Amino acid sequence: MTFLNYLLSGISLGSIYAIIALGYTMVYGIAKMLNFAHGDVIMVGSYICFFAVSRFALPPVVGVLAAMAVCTVLGILVERLAYKPLRAAPSLAVLITAIGVSYFLQNGAQLLWTPNPKVFPSVVGNGRLALFGGQLTVSYVTLVTIASCVVIMIALTLFTGHTKMGKAMRACSEDKGAAQLMGINVNSTISVTFAIGSGLAAVAGVLLCSAYPNLVPTTGSMPGIKAFTAAVFGGIGSIPGAMLGGILLGVIEIFAKAYISTQLSDAVVFAVLIIVLLVKPAGLLGKKISEKV
Amino acid sequence: MKKKITLTKYTRSSFLTYGLVIVAYVILQAMVLTGSISSSLKGMLVPICAYVVMAVSLNLTVGVLGELSLGHAGFMSVGAFTGVIAAIALEGIIPVGWLRLVIAMAVGAAFAAVAGFLIGIPVLRLKGDYLAIVTLAFGEIIKSVLNNFYVGMDSDGLHFSLLSDRTGLAEGGRMIVNGPMGITGITKLSTFTAGFVLVMLTLFIVFNLVSSRSGRAIKSIRDNRIAAESVGINVTKYRLMAFVTSAALAGAAGPLFAMNYSNIIANKFDFNTSILILVFVVLGGLGNMLGSIIAAAALTILPEALRQFADYRMLIYAIVLILVMLITNNPTLAAWSDVIREKLRGALRKDRASAAKGGDGHE
Repeated sequence: MTFLNYLLSGISLGSIYAIIALGYTMVYGIAKMLNFAHGDVIMVGSYICFFAVSRFALPPVVGVLAAMAVCTVLGILVERLAYKPLRAAPSLAVLITAIGVSYFLQNGAQLLWTPNPKVFPSVVGNGRLALFGGQLTVSYVTLVTIASCVVIMIALTLFTGHTKMGKAMRACSEDKGAAQLMGINVNSTISVTFAIGSGLAAVAGVLLCSAYPNLVPTTGSMPGIKAFTAAVFGGIGSIPGAMLGGILLGVIEIFAKAYISTQLSDAVVFAVLIIVLLVKPAGLLGKKISEKV
Repeated sequence: MKKKITLTKYTRSSFLTYGLVIVAYVILQAMVLTGSISSSLKGMLVPICAYVVMAVSLNLTVGVLGELSLGHAGFMSVGAFTGVIAAIALEGIIPVGWLRLVIAMAVGAAFAAVAGFLIGIPVLRLKGDYLAIVTLAFGEIIKSVLNNFYVGMDSDGLHFSLLSDRTGLAEGGRMIVNGPMGITGITKLSTFTAGFVLVMLTLFIVFNLVSSRSGRAIKSIRDNRIAAESVGINVTKYRLMAFVTSAALAGAAGPLFAMNYSNIIANKFDFNTSILILVFVVLGGLGNMLGSIIAAAALTILPEALRQFADYRMLIYAIVLILVMLITNNPTLAAWSDVIREKLRGALRKDRASAAKGGDGHE
């Protein structure tokens, strides 16, 4: 039963990573950039939800929606102001700009909301569900996290597969020039991708802080790095890959904490990543593109 | 008749770099001796040297080899810990301070080179962003291992243990590395002169490597790996050569940085430090060593210079960073600067042509 418990909390943590990784992977797939500011969007989302719920006493659902709205706008703004002018620039220049945006968000949050940690109120309550006569207890946060991850996964798959915008996104990620020739508005497609990614980041932020209720301006950076790792783990650019990578990473992390060592769990996670990349250099579900000479 | 020495463009630019570094050292050293330097700047001289070495060595990987590395601080960390352990262990045997510092740097460089070699093997199989993530992962692994690493020394020699303190030191033994507390009680051996020597040595190694036959092979791999391979260049060997050299130099910078403080922890060399150094390299210009030096020095001083803005300084730093990237990559501005450069060059050529016509009795 303890094994099942660990597995469930691993899947729950992994679901959060997966939701963040989706934002990374979609932006990478379409704009071919590593958006290091993504982790900080999570933090902004958590703060918005925190203030909505605890300061203005709004119901949690409204708080989540407000966080999503603010993050979506933030994502679009950042893309317009900082990344769009660099569309033709070398990828390293864009990477450094993303790092600049990340510093900006972290320090802005520190000025606005002080570096003092805030205790995040769980948006789903602290109740637990007892199964098998109390042998297995699952908190509601875990259940809600896993459920939202599944819903988001299904919704995104339907969106990219069946809507006009989804098709445009896939076309842009394959070949931006050709997509433009076919009459797709590449700029607005990229904006929509950033909007979706940032909105998802807000959800991930709320879920993350509900499970680990300690909110500081740097809350987003480590989950951001882990989610980036998860996206690469599954094959960056692939949406099912981000899901699989995120969940596996979460499970490995919790198991490493439980069975190997708490302090070395990060080292174990990253070591597994290196080994996987050695065997499958393009990630678990990444497409292997053969080089044309 | 004097024999005319012709220098290649690259040699000239590298001599310019050496010269500027020497001039900067002489001026700063004079300021230190006459006491006309602020104490905060004086305290930053050694870290600036360490960051310069880090930036130049990372530029070898990113600018010359063309691979993105996000874990450069990991090598610095390996070098700092092994080097400082060596320096402390030798405290009773070698009383001369600077010699211990040199040994610490050599030990740090050697261990970082081994780490670079080990991590370089996966590097050979991966490309682009996958390589970046492996270096990032490596940096994080180093950080969490060193955070749980215990080293003690007593009359029997050195004792190592991982996870918890099981060194079991004898009476009078000394704890050197104490897990998350890091190394405490370091004798401050680093000096500005030592930093200057290491910077010069780094520049010497990097410039000679880049302009050598091997350096040309490395650059050809960056420009077109397949073409390089097809003319018989051993891609694996040269990529590893650049990567290990870069790691070893970062390893030498580690003890220099660490022995400027009385204690050092593994968290000092995290992902943010790697990113900071990458920012130096990109702002200074890929493959441009002088640019890396200037960027490293300027960006280390900048947060200090912005002190008057108090809480806003890191925010301003972030905005400066974004604006610099936007401006330097703005196509309209780039076109203008090309036009201006072309005009200047034209004017120079005209000057030179008229000078050659007018008086040629000098040679």
